[in-house]
Amino acid sequence: MLEGASSRRILGIWLRVLALDRWRLGEGLAEGEGADAHPLALIAETAHGPRIAAANAAGLTAGAQAGMMLADARTLCPGLAVAPSDPAGDLAFLEKLAGWALRWGPWSALDPPDGLLVDVTGVAHLFGGEAALLADARKAFARRRLATRMAIAPTAGAAWALAHHGPDGAILREGDDPAQRLVSLPVAALRLDGDVLTVLRRLGLKRLGDLDGVARDALVRRFRNRRSASANPLMRMDQLLGRVPEPLLPVLVTHAPLVQRRLLEPIRHLALLEQVVRDLSADMERVLEGRGEGARRLELGLWKVDGELVVRKVEMAAPSRATAHLAGLFARRIEDVDAGFGIEMVRLRAPWCEPLDLAQRDLEQAGEEGEARGTSLAACVDRLTVRLGAEAVRRPVPFASHMPERAQRWQEPLAPLKTSQCVSDYEIRPLKMLDKPEPISVIYETPDGLPRRFRWRGATHDVLRSEGPERIAPEWWRERGAVRLRDYYRIEDATGRRYWIYRSGVVGDGRGGVPAWFLQGLFG
Amino acid sequence: MTSHPSLSLPTAAELGATRLGEQQGERWAPGQAGEATAHGEIFASGDEGAGAALALALALDRQQARAPDPLADTPDTRMWLWVQDRKALTRSGRPYRPGLPESLRDRLIHVAVKSPEDALFALEEGLRCRDLAFVIGEISGNPRALDMTASRRLGLAAERHGVPFWLVRLDARRDLSSARMRWEVASAPSLAPRWNAQAPGAPSWQAQLFRARRHPPGQWLLCGDGRLVAETGGAAPELQNTLARAKGGGGA
Repeated sequence: MLEGASSRRILGIWLRVLALDRWRLGEGLAEGEGADAHPLALIAETAHGPRIAAANAAGLTAGAQAGMMLADARTLCPGLAVAPSDPAGDLAFLEKLAGWALRWGPWSALDPPDGLLVDVTGVAHLFGGEAALLADARKAFARRRLATRMAIAPTAGAAWALAHHGPDGAILREGDDPAQRLVSLPVAALRLDGDVLTVLRRLGLKRLGDLDGVARDALVRRFRNRRSASANPLMRMDQLLGRVPEPLLPVLVTHAPLVQRRLLEPIRHLALLEQVVRDLSADMERVLEGRGEGARRLELGLWKVDGELVVRKVEMAAPSRATAHLAGLFARRIEDVDAGFGIEMVRLRAPWCEPLDLAQRDLEQAGEEGEARGTSLAACVDRLTVRLGAEAVRRPVPFASHMPERAQRWQEPLAPLKTSQCVSDYEIRPLKMLDKPEPISVIYETPDGLPRRFRWRGATHDVLRSEGPERIAPEWWRERGAVRLRDYYRIEDATGRRYWIYRSGVVGDGRGGVPAWFLQGLFG
Repeated sequence: MTSHPSLSLPTAAELGATRLGEQQGERWAPGQAGEATAHGEIFASGDEGAGAALALALALDRQQARAPDPLADTPDTRMWLWVQDRKALTRSGRPYRPGLPESLRDRLIHVAVKSPEDALFALEEGLRCRDLAFVIGEISGNPRALDMTASRRLGLAAERHGVPFWLVRLDARRDLSSARMRWEVASAPSLAPRWNAQAPGAPSWQAQLFRARRHPPGQWLLCGDGRLVAETGGAAPELQNTLARAKGGGGA
C-alpha cells in the first residue's frame, strides 16, 4: 500500500475566499475596489436570523467574522453592507472549476466546500517539473482572480493539510517521510469535524506530532465508536500517511454502456423477444468492443405497454462481450416474462464492465459460435449459474477449524483462493461427507472401546477393522458449554466398505446420557 | 496383466472370452492410454463411496497414462467438474476437500442440482467446455430423463470436445446406455497397512467390466493408493505383491 500511495502525486488546491471571489466576479470588481473597499459581509439566512458566511478584508478589520450573527456584527460596525451568499452557486462553480483543472492532470475531484484535488501523477514533466506546474496553476488561478493556496503530496490527505496549513506552494517529495515533514501542522490539518477538534484541544493534542507521541492504543480506545473518517483522527492520520486508501470521487463520470430498441409494434411472443435481445447483444458487443471492455453485469429492462417494467439481471464470472454468449444467458432468463399487452421498449445496460482486450477474431468465433473448440471455463460457469443459481455452482475451500464439517467452505468457482495453512497429512479424511451425520446404533465396549457392529439404513455391518479414536473436542470459544466431544473411528466392515463414524461424548462426562453414535463420512 | 491364455487347457467360458477378446482388442489394464474418447459408466451402491472413488482413480490413471512426457514436470492445473443430483447428494454425501486426492483438491468445481434433468444439462455444459480436465456425474437410480438418447448425447459431446467423462450410477439397474465402458464396482477388503494390521488400509475395489467396446469383459481387484493397480484373479495377496512391485518400480 505504501508503495502504491507514494507513487501517486496529488495536487491539492484551496480556494481561500471562494464565496467572496465569486461575489467580486459577479459585481465586476477587483479586490479592494468600489464596494469591496468598504466593510461587507455575505450572509446566510438561518432559523435565528441572518448569519455571516464570509466577510471581506475591510469587514474583517472592522470586526465581522464568519459564523457571527449579523446583528452582533452590526453593533461592532454599523456601516456593514451585506449581500446574500450562494452556497449552491459556489458548489456549481467549483464543479466547473474541477473540470477546468483537468488541464493539470487526467483526473480531478471536488473537495467541498472550497477545494479541488487533481491527480498529477506522471504529468509534471509536461510543465517542466512540479514547481513549474504549481507556478503555472497559480498564474492561471490569479488570472481568473481567484485566491488560492496549493500543495503537491503523495496522498490527498497530505495535499489538503499542506494547502490549508502549510506554506503556500509546498511540495512533499516522494522520498520525504510525511510523518516528519507534517509534524508541526495543527491537528485541524486532519480534516476533522469541529467537535472532534474540541476534544483533541482539550486533550492537549495540538500538533500532528503530538498524536504520534500518544500510544496508539489509547487513541484507538478513545475514538473506538467513531466510525466515519472525519470523526476519527487515527483514520485521518492513516489516510494522510497513505497507510489506508482513501476513495475519491472523480468529476469525470463514467457512463455505463447502454443500447436500446424502441419497438414499432409491441411484441408479445418469446421468439420475437429473443431476436430483439440478440440484436441488442450485437449492439452491446460493438459498443463494448469500442471501449475495449467486457461486461461483468448486464441489466435487461423490458418496458411493457401497460406501464410496467420488468428487469432481468445477469452476472458473469469473467468479462465477456460475445453476442452469442450474452444472448444465450438472457435466453434462459426471459422465458418466464409475462408480456401482458406487449413490450414496447427493450434496453440493455452494462453497469459493471472490466477491461477486455481484443482477441483473435477467427479463433474466438470458432470457439464461441462454431462450437468446434468448446466453450471457455468462464462461459461454462456463466451458463451453469444462470440456469442453476449461484448456490449450486461452487468450489470447496479450506477453512481453519477442527470440526470436520466446518473445515471446508464453499465459494464462487472462479474467485481466487485465499492462502491457508496446509492441512496436516497424517489426518486421513473421507472422500465424501453426509450433510447431516446419520445416527447409527452401535455395539461397542463401553465406556470407550472400539465399535464391533453397527446398524445403518436398515442393514447390519460387522466391523472387522477399525482405527481410533481420534478425539476432536468442541470449539469452546464458539459453541455452547453442553456440546460433547467426538471420538472418531475409521472402520471397515466385512465386505470392505469403509466409513467414518463418531461417538458423541463419553459416559459420565456430565453432558447428557448415554453417548450417541453417528456416521458422518464415506471413504472411497 | 495383459496375459494371453495360459498353457493349461482353457475352459469354455475362457475360450469364449478369449475369442471375444481377440475380436475386441486386448484386455483392459490400468496405465493404458485408452481410446481418444473416455465415456464410462460406473454402477455402485449409494451406501458406499466406491463409485466416485473409482471414477476419480480412473480419471487420474488416464491422466497419468496420457501425459505426453512422464518426466516433464508440468502438472495439469485445469479445473474438473463434479455434478450431483439431490438424491445422490443426500444418499452418499457431498465431496469433502481434505479427502480428495491431493492433486485434485484445489481444482474441483462442484455442481449440486435438484433434478436429474438439471444434472444432464450441467454435464453437457461441462463436456462442451474446453478448459475442463474431466467431468464426473453422480446420478441416483434410473430417472426417466436418463435414457439411451441422453446417454448418447453426452457421449457425443464428450467425443466431440475430448473431455473424459465418467457417470456414477448409484443404486441403479443396468439400463440401456451408449457408454463405451461400463463398470460395476463394490468395495473389497482393503490391503493391510504396513504398521497397524487392525486398521483399514489402502482402498481396494472389486470391479467388473461388463461391457466395453475395445476390451473383453472381465473382473479385477483394483487398488488405488496413489496409483491404480489391478489383479485379475481377485486375490488380495497377489494384489499386495503387484502393489509392492508397482511402488518399487515407481520409486526406482
